[in-house]
Amino acid sequence: MSVHPVSAVSDLEEIYDLLVVGAGPAGLSAATAAAECGLSVLLCDDNGSPGGQIYRGITEASAATKSRLGKDYAAGEGIVTRFLASSASYAARASVWSIAPHEPETGEASGLEAGVSLAGAARLIRARRAILATGALERPFPIPGWTLPGVMTAGSAQIAMKTAGLVPSGRTVIAGTGPLLYLLASQLIGAGASVIAVIDTTPNGNKRRALAHAIDFVRSAYGLKGARLLAQVHRHVRVIRNVTALEAAGNGGLSEVVVTHRGGTERLPTDLLLLHQGIVPNLNLSLASGCASGWNERQATFTPTVDEWCQTSMPDIGIAGDAGGIIGAEGSALHGTLAGLAAAWRLGRLSERERDERAAPVRAILRSALRGRPFIDELFRPSDDFRIPANPETIVCRCEEVTAGAIRATMPLGVRGPNQMKAYLRCGMGPCQGRLCGLTVTEIIAQERGVAPGEVGYYNVRTPIKPVTLKELAALPQSDSAIKAVAGIVEKPVSANHPQSHV
Amino acid sequence: MFRRLPDRQGDLVTFTFDGTPLTALMGDTVAAALLAAGVTRFRTTPVSGAERGPYCMMGVCFECLVSINGRGNRQACLTTVEEGMQVETQHGAATYSTEISA
Ligand SMILES: Cc1cc2nc3c(=O)[nH]c(=O)nc-3n(C[C@H](O)[C@H](O)[C@H](O)COP(=O)(O)OP(=O)(O)OC[C@H]3O[C@@H](n4cnc5c(N)ncnc54)[C@H](O)[C@@H]3O)c2cc1C
Ligand code: FES
Repeated sequence: MSVHPVSAVSDLEEIYDLLVVGAGPAGLSAATAAAECGLSVLLCDDNGSPGGQIYRGITEASAATKSRLGKDYAAGEGIVTRFLASSASYAARASVWSIAPHEPETGEASGLEAGVSLAGAARLIRARRAILATGALERPFPIPGWTLPGVMTAGSAQIAMKTAGLVPSGRTVIAGTGPLLYLLASQLIGAGASVIAVIDTTPNGNKRRALAHAIDFVRSAYGLKGARLLAQVHRHVRVIRNVTALEAAGNGGLSEVVVTHRGGTERLPTDLLLLHQGIVPNLNLSLASGCASGWNERQATFTPTVDEWCQTSMPDIGIAGDAGGIIGAEGSALHGTLAGLAAAWRLGRLSERERDERAAPVRAILRSALRGRPFIDELFRPSDDFRIPANPETIVCRCEEVTAGAIRATMPLGVRGPNQMKAYLRCGMGPCQGRLCGLTVTEIIAQERGVAPGEVGYYNVRTPIKPVTLKELAALPQSDSAIKAVAGIVEKPVSANHPQSHV
Repeated sequence: MFRRLPDRQGDLVTFTFDGTPLTALMGDTVAAALLAAGVTRFRTTPVSGAERGPYCMMGVCFECLVSINGRGNRQACLTTVEEGMQVETQHGAATYSTEISA
């Protein structure tokens, strides 16, 4: 058996048992497990090849690339190979921009309907269930000057290296915190990038809180790996710690990084600044499809509410991997398998006993894979200074160029949450749909109001979660559900028999 | 700002940026091809006219918007470069709508 490649929307079936969104370790494992149980599975991913973030480009990677990126990267081959040998359908370069309960014009609602764009055309397809394995994004890092050309995320440099063999060539500074910071730094240094400094913004106070989980961490795989990476980076590059302020400066483009640490303020002439302060779940699809979420204080983000079988508050939707809360690559793959088994059980392909038997060994490995997580979450929790900008000039919403000061200034107008704020500012209404400002806005408002971020809430996210072009739309049948999927609402025509009520 | 690792090889593709001919490797995204050619400014913002370049390289931030073969609002980091492609700086272009875009 091998996967069935789908390269045009016309090749899609009318209905699948299971739609999986995202071809990272979680989505690949979920699709494989479900297909191996006999479900008809469609996996959609917006990249050209499977792998997700960690294993990006793995199917095309040369031996040199694999050795540069290390053992953990090469480990992705096994997961991809098993998926490629399954009976699933795989649509590369396919974006899923909506998922909603399927509500036919006549008859009973059942299962889901999803909007998919592929090769310049859009289509609505049906699925009895869906698993969202949409992964994570790098957390917003709102510092003065972060919008200048020459300031990018550290993950973006890794993507350029994985997919195009590009490495930074000028004076490069890497700044931030998080378990991936030193991995990214060591990969770039290993590839010959001219990294002149690593600015570590990890707050000192975190160590004390993290200590409570230290034993688990030392016993976990992360412990040794982390120590090795740290030593590697230290050998080659100056590491600046105890950082209280960070700024990118330049006129129309980055020219220097201004860093304040215990020894004073330094100006480092820099060509490329790579920012990274951890990753947060990619929430837009789960929020737009109605899945409940809550504030996770330790990870300082909203995370969808899922049970031990990856089930969300929406009856036919599961979430696996980092999309449900950051658990890392190994954890995501195992979580994906559980989600796939759960889908097969819910659709009657596995009995409860079969499900539990197959899940037991997976859960055991997952438990040990997650052992070091609480320590990592505590140790690398980014400081308030870099999450909740105090400087009123700092841009929060990059798309609409809305500053922290402008957001704070809406507070006396009675604003209690991000959606009310939109009545005054265009914050969050640009093309990125709040992905680069949502958490910052929530936390600024929470700080101003003196309440928990969970009480403030997040933007209402609507479909389509990715821009759908007019050309793509033209290919869609103009049914009620199509209109609802792209516009979020259906305006029923007013007819004589059903006058519009005024409630 | 970026250079290509010597062990990265492949077929060449020719495209233009604001009329200047450039080469890329087959399979590059437009964003990677531009960065490899030393281009760091992809667009100016509709609000203040500030210059911007790619930030995330994974389709999230929309800072890499360029015009490709006459169509604006294209995400350079998600579009594969093709032979003869005409890529241009996107100036402002506040016509972008998150719901429906041309
Ligand atoms: C930039 C970046 C680099 C990282 N690098 C590493 C690393 O080197 N090592 C490491 O251990 N961890 C890394 N991580 C952490 C990483 O998120 C996890 O370890 C792991 O990849 C999570 O697996 P996942 O399957 O949950 O999601 P991912 O691997 O993120 O996969 C999600 C996939 O879903 C796709 N997708 C999302 N939304 C849609 C949609 N609406 N339609 C279609 N497709 C969609 C994405 O393009 C992506 O391919 C990185 C994270 C980021 C953000
Ligand atoms: S660089 Fe972020 S969307 Fe293209």
